[in-house]
Amino acid sequence: MVFIAPALIGLVAFYIVPTFRGLYLSFTDYSILGDPEWVGMKNYQAIAKDPMFWNSLWVTVEYVVINIVLQTSIALGLALLMHNVAKSILVRGALLLPYLMANVIAALLWFWMLDYQIGIVNQVIEWLGLPRVAFFGSQIWAIPTQALINTWRNMGYTALLIFAGLQAIPGSLYEAASLDGSSPGQTFRKITLPLLRPVLALVLVMTVTGSFQVFDTVAVTTQGGPINATRVLQYLIFQRAFNEQDFGYGSAIAVILFLILMVVAVIQMKFLRGNESDLD
Amino acid sequence: MKNPFTSKKTVGAVAIAVFAAASLSACGGASAGGNSASGDVSYWLWDANQLPAYQQCADDFHKANPDITVKITQTGWDDYWGKLTNGMAAGTAPDVFTDHLSKFPDFVKTKQLVPLDDAVKAANINLNQYNAGLADLWVGQDGKRYGLPKDWDTISLFYNKKMAAAAGLSPAQMASLTWNPQDGGTYEKAIAHLTVDKNGKRGDEPGFDKNNVAVYGLGLPGSDGENAGQTQWSFLSATTGWTTTDKNPWGTHFNYDDKRLQDTIAWWASLAQKGYMPKLETTVGASAPDAFGAGKAAINSNGDWMIGQYKTYKGVDLGIAPTPVGPNGKSMSMFNGLADSIWAGTKKKDASIKWVEYLASTKCQDVVASKAVVFPAIKTSSDKAAAAFKAKGIDVTPFTQHVKDDTTFLLPITDNAAKVAGIMKPAMDAVVAGKAPASSLTAANGQVNALFAK
Repeated sequence: MVFIAPALIGLVAFYIVPTFRGLYLSFTDYSILGDPEWVGMKNYQAIAKDPMFWNSLWVTVEYVVINIVLQTSIALGLALLMHNVAKSILVRGALLLPYLMANVIAALLWFWMLDYQIGIVNQVIEWLGLPRVAFFGSQIWAIPTQALINTWRNMGYTALLIFAGLQAIPGSLYEAASLDGSSPGQTFRKITLPLLRPVLALVLVMTVTGSFQVFDTVAVTTQGGPINATRVLQYLIFQRAFNEQDFGYGSAIAVILFLILMVVAVIQMKFLRGNESDLD
Repeated sequence: MKNPFTSKKTVGAVAIAVFAAASLSACGGASAGGNSASGDVSYWLWDANQLPAYQQCADDFHKANPDITVKITQTGWDDYWGKLTNGMAAGTAPDVFTDHLSKFPDFVKTKQLVPLDDAVKAANINLNQYNAGLADLWVGQDGKRYGLPKDWDTISLFYNKKMAAAAGLSPAQMASLTWNPQDGGTYEKAIAHLTVDKNGKRGDEPGFDKNNVAVYGLGLPGSDGENAGQTQWSFLSATTGWTTTDKNPWGTHFNYDDKRLQDTIAWWASLAQKGYMPKLETTVGASAPDAFGAGKAAINSNGDWMIGQYKTYKGVDLGIAPTPVGPNGKSMSMFNGLADSIWAGTKKKDASIKWVEYLASTKCQDVVASKAVVFPAIKTSSDKAAAAFKAKGIDVTPFTQHVKDDTTFLLPITDNAAKVAGIMKPAMDAVVAGKAPASSLTAANGQVNALFAK
């Protein structure tokens, strides 16, 4: 009992209590200074009619789709390379390097490199004779740019998780497949992917949940702009609660995000049958 | 498998942990304020340029009052207000802090500030020593005074004298620009003529390539929607007779649906379409003053607190011109002032009052004036600051003239300022980026006014 106390206190103090307090605050009008005042469903009704919220939901989904599709496919490719080709620890370690960088540092580094005026990337684009791109300033580019930065930072880590899954697939299956004359493509589709499914399900639940919570890259670069192009849900929550001192409203959006994530995670686990393995 | 949360022992442990967490959070609450007249007084400000001046004031103050030590913390504007509000909620806010007109109404509403009326009476502070109107700005809707004025600011045009001379614009011409929302007057003519494309063609010459501009006539730091256009367009819209709110201070109805404002913004946004001003999307993450310093813009409109920074750009011969004369025949400027306020949760109330009184006295404001960074609130100190700027070779008349001629108007002081900014910034960004017509501000105005209908 005693040995779990440190973890338990952390869980209760930093997860369970704040979760229930957040749930309670979502039904109140609370400006942080002063006492919360119970208003029932008012915040939720206001959110349903708030175009900013629907815009944020759409922007966040756009970010998640770009980020997850790119990140998962690149990570899968990297994991296969790590498993079959790049056996050197140096190369495998190098893939993880971006992940060792703090999110905010990675974001600021790219913010600088992709700057319209002084960024090295735009300098290269100009040498190639192409027009400069406002990576963070243009409404079209802002979200893909943020998604690419996070893909770059996280793909090594995701690849490492998938790589661990690949190592768990018994080599005998591959031997049998090659004896049966299976092509590399067939082996990948019929053996690797199905047996990797539980790991992929876990990776997807983790990365999708993580991407829905994108905040730091936005907060240190575009802060929701241009116009509302990068006002993702977490940034809207922060803005409503901390900038505009409307903690009740912010908490209500946070509860909605919590519910969305729960539903998405359950659907993923169910459809990908993430809690059972085909190896048994 | 047995669910760990059904075991009796676990429930007990959870209960203990919940209790521990609850008592932890209870410790964070603000305790009752004491009245100690000695010890350490914490003081916050956001402008790093002013830190040396106020450190000097704090040192002098300590010499005169050896039992009080002022500890100054400087935090950048972007983090300042969040830190301050969270500090108030957690009971760790500073005793005294630099306060802003757009922020103090919310603090008054939530009872976070100490009223200073008794202190003013007891110390017999002459409120007429400050520039006209400054002291009254800090009286809340409840009739109580929540701050003593420390400085004021106005807006002017910073311009590159060499570029103006090359374009054949004399300092006298730059000082007498005119503007109207239809064709932009000589202000737009000067901006167009100062714009130069990569081939050396000026903005008003045939063959000007608006997609390859080397020098923009006018720099653009942003749409300024969150600040009521303080440094970018308020000095223009005000000359049309437009006001941001129905009354100021304490307006409850905004006028962004007015045609005069929308015409002004439409004209301003058109400069970017014509290639005379950078497109908004190219300015994300960039600094407009630095672009000016690098010779990429000829004119920047900005406030007097930026004089020091503009003056540091090497190779730029800095000129300062008054804002253009508009349809009402006047050159106008928004007028803003800062003050020092005392947090209601302070445990050093009497010492804090002493420090605020010192900050609001000629003793400290003359020190600030001598550093030539801002204009102190006290009239005589303001004049000393102007002289200090002059000694550094900077003629600040365009800024001070507004106060002498009474051509200023106040920054809008209202409730819900942060929420208004949250609505107006994206709305104004959309118009300046050319993604929405100026008439779209009418819808944003409706959202803003709905905040006050509750």
